[in-house]
Amino acid sequence: MTSNSNLSNMRRLVEQLKLEASVERIKVSQAAAELQLYCLQNAGKDALLVGVPTGSNPFREPRSCTVV
Amino acid sequence: PTDQTSIALFLCHPLHWPSLPAQRKYMRSPPIPEMATQEVQLNETLAHLKTESETLKTKLEEERAKLHDVELHQVAEKVEALGQFVMKTRRTLKGHGNKVLCMDWCKDKRRIVSSSQDGKVIVWDAFTTNKEHAVTMPCTWVMACAYAPSGCAVACGGLDNKCSVYPLSLDKNENLAAKKKSVAMHTNYLSACSFTNSDMQILTSSGDGTCALWDVESGQLLQSFHGHAADVLCLDLAPSETGNTFVSGGCDKKANVWDMRSGQCIQSFETHESDINSVRYYPSGDAFASGSDDATCRLYDLRADREVAIYSKESIIFGVSSVDFSLSGRLLFGGYNDYTINVWDVLKGTRVSILFGHENRVSTLRVSPDGTAFCTGSWDHTLRIWA
Repeated sequence: MTSNSNLSNMRRLVEQLKLEASVERIKVSQAAAELQLYCLQNAGKDALLVGVPTGSNPFREPRSCTVV
Repeated sequence: PTDQTSIALFLCHPLHWPSLPAQRKYMRSPPIPEMATQEVQLNETLAHLKTESETLKTKLEEERAKLHDVELHQVAEKVEALGQFVMKTRRTLKGHGNKVLCMDWCKDKRRIVSSSQDGKVIVWDAFTTNKEHAVTMPCTWVMACAYAPSGCAVACGGLDNKCSVYPLSLDKNENLAAKKKSVAMHTNYLSACSFTNSDMQILTSSGDGTCALWDVESGQLLQSFHGHAADVLCLDLAPSETGNTFVSGGCDKKANVWDMRSGQCIQSFETHESDINSVRYYPSGDAFASGSDDATCRLYDLRADREVAIYSKESIIFGVSSVDFSLSGRLLFGGYNDYTINVWDVLKGTRVSILFGHENRVSTLRVSPDGTAFCTGSWDHTLRIWA
């Protein structure tokens, strides 16, 4: 009976929603501050963001060059 | 719709949920008048459950809204703005005979595996642009490929509904196809695959609406993940420090976060207006970004349990096929169906750069493991390394 499988699906959906509703949450202001902190703490190592000293990014060197 | 969606529609199987034990209470064979009463009882229970689910959904939105005290870009107002970016194509990898669909970096930061519509999977040395290995798959549209953490194998699959692992041999003349190992079996196309922390397990997502975790050696299914209502198009594993979770995105416009051990969906986000083609964790593991056919990228914070940023512009009307973060998480790179790459300031929500070069859709994009470059693959048959 399809109504039985609908019933099981609905029961599962309700259980899933109960689980999701019970998740512990923090305020966006706190979450955003922590995302920002992570960015700023790691900015120095981010080659695509700040660039790296010439010669230390292998992709920026043309293939045929050899470092003397 | 993305090309993948067209394939899905073309190959469409009706989704079947795993069969559940029948509700014995309602299955006793009754005389006909009683049957009618039981039918009514069933409908009442169904209606009751429907009401309960609506109430829970409203409650969920209310709880999320209570904590929405500020926008991410407001918090980031005091952060210094980013300067001009000089990012160019530094290498072009030519060799595929048709659309490049997927690529992945090796942990050694120089090798790359890519897969194509023509069935070819190629391993490249991105520094020299030399091809190191090539395999021809028995199917076309190899939509997924991944490098093993050890660098000693690659996994791939697509329209064959499988994920296969090929050990990479040091002997370039060796026929890789001979050592192929079939690991995953889905009932529809393979859309994405990823090794976990070791060469021993693979996570897959499929057009059949499920994700699954497999043991590579035995091919055994270790865990399956049900919850998407349509094709799952992408997945990403949480950074190892954050524990055993992964995020998936699908044609049902949902991004789901899963517990790998229990198979449970622990968080679900439904704010996109169309298929989610790509999901990627923020480097700290506390958030993830998504890219969609609705032409936007979005950022979802897992601890606030909500969307915290949208990266969009009125002038951007084509879908996003793939997204990835720079090492610090400050930049979000998006590959688009209008052939461009847009670079976003994750904190401020603004676009900082637009990169041109590909001559057709950008289908795949990954930042290198040490963040010195990123690679894009395109329907123009090439891959480009940008730095």
